Amino acid sequence: MASAIDPAAAVPRLGRARWHWAEALPWLALAAVPFVFPGYLALGCQVIVMILFALSLDLILGYAGIITLGHAALFGTGAYAAGMLSAHLGWNEPITGLLVAGAAAAAVGFVSGWFLLRYHGLALLMLTLATAILLQELANTLAPYTGGYDGLLGIAIDPIFGRFANDLFRQNYYVYGLIVLLAAFLIARRVVASPFGQSLVGIRENVKRMHAIGAPVHGRLVAIYTIAAAMAGVAGGLFAQIHAFVTLQVMGFQLSGAVLIVVILGGAGRLYGAFIGAAIYVILEDQLAKLSPEFWEFGVGLVLVATVLFARRGLLGIAEDLTARLRRRTP
Amino acid sequence: MLSAAVSILFDGLAYAMILFIIAVGLSITMGLMNFVNLAHGVFAMAGGYATVTMIRAWEVPFLAALPIAFVLVGAASVVFERLLYAPLYRRSELDQVLMTIGFVFMAIAAFTYFWGPNPLGIEVPRYLKGQVDLGFREFPTYRLFMIAVGFGMILALWLVFERTLLGARIRAAVDNRRMAQSLGIDVGRLFTLTFAVGSGLAAVGGGLAVELIGLRPTFAIQYLVHFLIVVAVGGLGSIRGAFLAALLLGIIDTAGKYVWPAGGGFFIYAITVVALLIKPEGLYGKRD
Amino acid sequence: MQIRHALAVGVLAVAVAAGAEAKSVKIGIVATFSGNGAEFGQQIERGYELYRKLHANEIAPHTVEIIKRDSKRPDGAEAKNAVQELITRDKVDVLAGFVFSPDAMSSAPLATQAKVPMIIMNAGTAWIPKLSPYIARVSFSMWQSGYVMGEYAAATMKHKTAIIGITDYPPGKDSAEAFKRGFEAKGGQVVDTVPMGGPAEVPDFTPFFQRVKDAKPNAFYVFVPAGNHAAAVAKTYANLGMRAAGIDLIGPGDITPDNNLQEMGEAAVGITVVHHYSADYDTPENKAFVKAWKEAYGANSTPDFMGVQGYDGMAAIFSAIKKLDGNMDGDKVMEALKRWKFASPRGPIAINPETRDIIQNEYVHKIVKDGARLKVSVVGKVDQVKDQCVELKVGRCGQ
Repeated sequence: MASAIDPAAAVPRLGRARWHWAEALPWLALAAVPFVFPGYLALGCQVIVMILFALSLDLILGYAGIITLGHAALFGTGAYAAGMLSAHLGWNEPITGLLVAGAAAAAVGFVSGWFLLRYHGLALLMLTLATAILLQELANTLAPYTGGYDGLLGIAIDPIFGRFANDLFRQNYYVYGLIVLLAAFLIARRVVASPFGQSLVGIRENVKRMHAIGAPVHGRLVAIYTIAAAMAGVAGGLFAQIHAFVTLQVMGFQLSGAVLIVVILGGAGRLYGAFIGAAIYVILEDQLAKLSPEFWEFGVGLVLVATVLFARRGLLGIAEDLTARLRRRTP
Repeated sequence: MLSAAVSILFDGLAYAMILFIIAVGLSITMGLMNFVNLAHGVFAMAGGYATVTMIRAWEVPFLAALPIAFVLVGAASVVFERLLYAPLYRRSELDQVLMTIGFVFMAIAAFTYFWGPNPLGIEVPRYLKGQVDLGFREFPTYRLFMIAVGFGMILALWLVFERTLLGARIRAAVDNRRMAQSLGIDVGRLFTLTFAVGSGLAAVGGGLAVELIGLRPTFAIQYLVHFLIVVAVGGLGSIRGAFLAALLLGIIDTAGKYVWPAGGGFFIYAITVVALLIKPEGLYGKRD
Repeated sequence: MQIRHALAVGVLAVAVAAGAEAKSVKIGIVATFSGNGAEFGQQIERGYELYRKLHANEIAPHTVEIIKRDSKRPDGAEAKNAVQELITRDKVDVLAGFVFSPDAMSSAPLATQAKVPMIIMNAGTAWIPKLSPYIARVSFSMWQSGYVMGEYAAATMKHKTAIIGITDYPPGKDSAEAFKRGFEAKGGQVVDTVPMGGPAEVPDFTPFFQRVKDAKPNAFYVFVPAGNHAAAVAKTYANLGMRAAGIDLIGPGDITPDNNLQEMGEAAVGITVVHHYSADYDTPENKAFVKAWKEAYGANSTPDFMGVQGYDGMAAIFSAIKKLDGNMDGDKVMEALKRWKFASPRGPIAINPETRDIIQNEYVHKIVKDGARLKVSVVGKVDQVKDQCVELKVGRCGQ
């Protein structure tokens, strides 16, 4: 089977710690949204949460080659941690709430990763999927604490720094989310550019060779899995704080599938693929659902199928091909 | 107590048959091509809708509708295989995941468009209704019928697999595709054929399942996890494995629901985790 | 001279009335139009669109504009985002719809924050109207049918023991608790409660039903969501021969929705349920409603309780538009809704001014065979039922 990710694509592009000017573009675009589309910030918040979540999946899928269908378990752990912290313990400070969400998810990621990352392929896929469903089942059994199917009520997050509340237009939370995303991205970028990140790519490309040179493969996989879990947990915590509501769906198969779609759609192993994939997927779904509340899934499906058939390395792959062609033409 | 055990075994067996009939095609095609096909449920659903439509619109007898659904869906699946699947054989599993999920989305919307969102049901023939008295106790007729169909299919599949040249070729290709190719077996055509048969079987499973679990456009995704579990626990490409896994999961799931209803959906996933932790390649899967 | 003057004033007045005050009232509908709940969204939409079509000229010169949004998954977040946009960008005057309870619960704070009335057209978890003073519910509370069924099963059907089987989520738990209270208040005894998987689980109910059959109660009270689950209940009950074993299948009307009744086949004959609506009611209001429905959506489409809830919800909005002459200030709309009474196809209904929840008749249905088709025969009725959860102050309802 062909490798999931074009090996040449990932390493040189973000392997360098040096920044490319083009990397400013997605950030400028995200920063411009409140000025250009002030009425769409609720959707903007959805996009930001999805980017953050997809970024965490890209760390393990795109860089370490771990394929999972249960990533929502970590997102959900973060969402419940942040939500229950406020709803039951009355701890309503948002930033520490996010940190707790990240820590809780990291703990779950570390433990589950320790056991599961000895496996790969279909077995790993099904193990992550089944583990996520079991966690969801646990959250359902703990309905008196989690709110179960109906959802966790009573989340009342304080204004950020005591000043910026969750307003009806979501302006403050959009900015808050964007800053959280930037912080997470800087960490992710640092991780993949480090020797540790390079060794992950080595594991992805040829695990036997990494074993042969004596690299601690399992330990490194668990390490990146834990980092990614923390990031997914922060995304979940952000989700819980934005909506002040958490249901069992945050751990659902559907969400695990969606984030996988987003990463593949954008292009795995590139970090910025998460931005493009999340933006396109969330906005596409939103706009098509407005156009046809009954049949929007057809349009989304069509885009996915067409992307696979006509764009080999996700949407970011198209962009790279185009710039490469342009560069060849202009010496 | 004994009576409860008999009920559990019997109901579990019937449930296992549905799982097996639908999942076996998926197992073989995934084993043959290493193709991650998340859209297998679409063909089961198509079989369900074909059965319902034939019975309602043209009053085709139930027992005739099932084989017709097999042929119709099997034939139609070839079109999709050539159009959507074939270009992706040498591509990464991520591309395959993305394409097949997209295909599922499209199918859900398309079936909603043509058949509406309401769940559909069928009136099965009178002779399949009610209970059959087997001397020591009574059993639902339809479930007995399903078990009979299931065992019939296993027998047929086993004969084809173990006793025909075609079966030998498929086994060879599952074991070692490159070697099979160099021996002159056209794996591409073999795959198309297996895909069609697998989809046809799924269609029969879908038709049989309507009476048991109903039918609506989200069928394609709703039971996907269960089919994948059967495939993974059984081992890719193994009929025997798929059968044993279906049996194991069907019976334990039923027993769990009977004995401890509050644990409900918990059992099937717990068994999956345990089974895969012990045997990641599945009960009868090939080691890689 | 004087006459001419008066005439001019009159003409001017008419012109002002017709021109300046014709308002377009914006209604944001949030419901499940795709996925597992698509059938419910379709019923609700057909209901409110029918009322709008039939009664459009009653609110003249005003008109309504409807903006439909899909709430997709029942995760609360999708619905909340849709509500947020409907309020801030589309500036809707009224919100309506809400099929699943989490969608109503997550959105409630936004209704309060923006002072926009929210008409619940389905979501039946008992304490939803408590979440915002801007919520009014025109559908039902799970307690209404459950409690009445409990009383009826013990007092009229003379059942001594019952087992409860529910889909394991809050509406199911509400329904179970309501039935238990009603049944035991009249001397019955609930011997076991069987949770039968979540709302999205594979509805193979056989192991659960087998367990109940082996326990041999007089009655088996089942709640599952309308739709796919419901058809499976009747079939499993029939296939296991539970009627012959002397176990009566009873429940809220969710297990025999009119829209799916014919799909259930003979298996459904003999089931007794309590509910607030059936398309087979023999009243002039209902006959006219069903006739208009079939003319609009074809002979194969039948309104069920969700359809009538959509219809009545639009009737409530229309009455507010009439009363307030199109000036849809949130607080005034809520005042108008609290005094709303309506001759619905389901019988006389009203909004309880204290709880903003619906008061309606509950009917005892028995499924019978009428030629080739199945039919609901009404064998009992309790007038003007309130939400017993609030009346008895149970759990969260009492807070």
